Amino acid sequence: MGGSVNGGATDLSSEMEVDAFRRLFPLRFHERHLVESVRPDARPLGKARETSLALGAVGSADGSALAKIGCTTMLAAIKMEVMTPTTEAPDEGCVAIDFHMPAICSPIVRPGRPAEAAPVVSKQLSDTILSSGMIDLKQLSLVSGKAAWMAYLDIYCLDADGALFDAALLAAAAAFSHLQIPVVSLNDDGRIVVVSKQNEVEKLKNKPVNEEKRKLKLKSIPFALTCILHKNYILADPTAEEESIMETLITIVLDSSCQLVSLNKPGGPALAYESVVQDCIALSRQRVRELQTILNEAISDMEVD
Amino acid sequence: MEVDRADGRTPNQRRPVACTRGILHRAHGSASWAQGDTKVIAAVYGPKAGTRKNENPEKACIEVIWKPKTGQSGKPEREYEMVLKKTLQSICLLNVHPNTTTSIVIQVVNDDGAVSFTLFPCAINAACAALVDAGIPLKHLAVAICCCMAEGGHILLDPSKIEEQKVKAFVYLVFPNSMVSVLPQGSLRPGGEQIEHGIITSVTHGMMAVDDYFSCLKLGRAAAAELSDFLRSSLKSKAGNDPSKAG
Repeated sequence: MGGSVNGGATDLSSEMEVDAFRRLFPLRFHERHLVESVRPDARPLGKARETSLALGAVGSADGSALAKIGCTTMLAAIKMEVMTPTTEAPDEGCVAIDFHMPAICSPIVRPGRPAEAAPVVSKQLSDTILSSGMIDLKQLSLVSGKAAWMAYLDIYCLDADGALFDAALLAAAAAFSHLQIPVVSLNDDGRIVVVSKQNEVEKLKNKPVNEEKRKLKLKSIPFALTCILHKNYILADPTAEEESIMETLITIVLDSSCQLVSLNKPGGPALAYESVVQDCIALSRQRVRELQTILNEAISDMEVD
Repeated sequence: MEVDRADGRTPNQRRPVACTRGILHRAHGSASWAQGDTKVIAAVYGPKAGTRKNENPEKACIEVIWKPKTGQSGKPEREYEMVLKKTLQSICLLNVHPNTTTSIVIQVVNDDGAVSFTLFPCAINAACAALVDAGIPLKHLAVAICCCMAEGGHILLDPSKIEEQKVKAFVYLVFPNSMVSVLPQGSLRPGGEQIEHGIITSVTHGMMAVDDYFSCLKLGRAAAAELSDFLRSSLKSKAGNDPSKAG
């Protein structure tokens, strides 16, 4: 690729090594690639990075998944707890979503101080998951008005290499499809306890509320695609390097039936015209199909095991 | 129109808007923006020397502090701050004052919204007027508007508190203000599309069909043009009476 970057410039950039050019003139380095309709990692502009999904990555959690989009890695785990439902919604459970960016994930996150992006991604995740209607909260009810499930979903970013929200949403959706609701029973005090392997004897004594582990039925699962808008180019699924150089991001979340769950463009130097938004939505539609297949494969692999 | 709104407005009618500038004595620039019962005050301090950590010192840094009406700021406020910061970054000329920080403090005075999604557009408009008041160099102004999808599938502009509780989805949109140019093709970009048709910021909440989003876009664009005329005339009326602010 050494020959392709000497952009005809008259200054020293014409005789510079590729790596040095990349660091000193990052924008020109990328634009030179874009002219050739290719990206530094050899992807075409509209193509997302290779995506993989592993269910059940955390043994102690009730549901978990590890999602990788390129180098971006997200670990999601769900812990179920029994709680008393609120009086406004006596037959509904609750989902609490938190997104963490530990210092391990990126050089810009410092230990002790929370990353700026973390609460924002966390809020967007809970908005998206709760408004998409993926989870019917009524399924999380145990005894109406008395007991319901509280699902704590924690997502850890292990490697932040761009498109954090996409990977986090994929990990979250996968963790919910892997989730198995534990067996609980009513004890002598009228309280609900989780039946674990140790107290199987009790299980025989007290009739369990739900007979066996069950899975949640998920309705339309939302999938996200982040694109960069730069001049007339649309770059799907950016890396962290691309995100830091070309700052206009647009994230589109569509569900399996291609309803719009969220369209988020927080500022940025480039304006999004209607035609550009249409193009981004078309790219997202394609990506939804890809991700749906990846998720289905991961689930069927899990069931074979 | 067949849709009845609680306050007697038509579906594509805004609530009344009011804008006052220079209301705070010590701030370098300030403005209040009221839209119906929602009211926000914005104050601008800066440019101050130096940038924060992890910011590019070759450009001016924008810092947004969002103060809710009551209580402490949490995750929603963090999100507002981030979106507001990125929106304002895109309208400011950041190369004019490199290695400086401009702080924008947003104080919510009255919030006519339970989920408070009418709040964000108000804050953008207030911040924009305050930046003009402070004399921060800008590329153009930004005007923000909120649209929502009511249960029957109607699109309503600028919902009020009573309407908010019944909507299934909402969108807030930020557009550049309409340009007044001496050149006939002044506000056209090379592709032939008008600059004011480009979206600076778009945030949606709730499920909607893709076509509905584009209908909201159309409605929002028309409302933004009206708002931008209002903003322009309100900025013109008070231009020139700028007593030097106490530092």
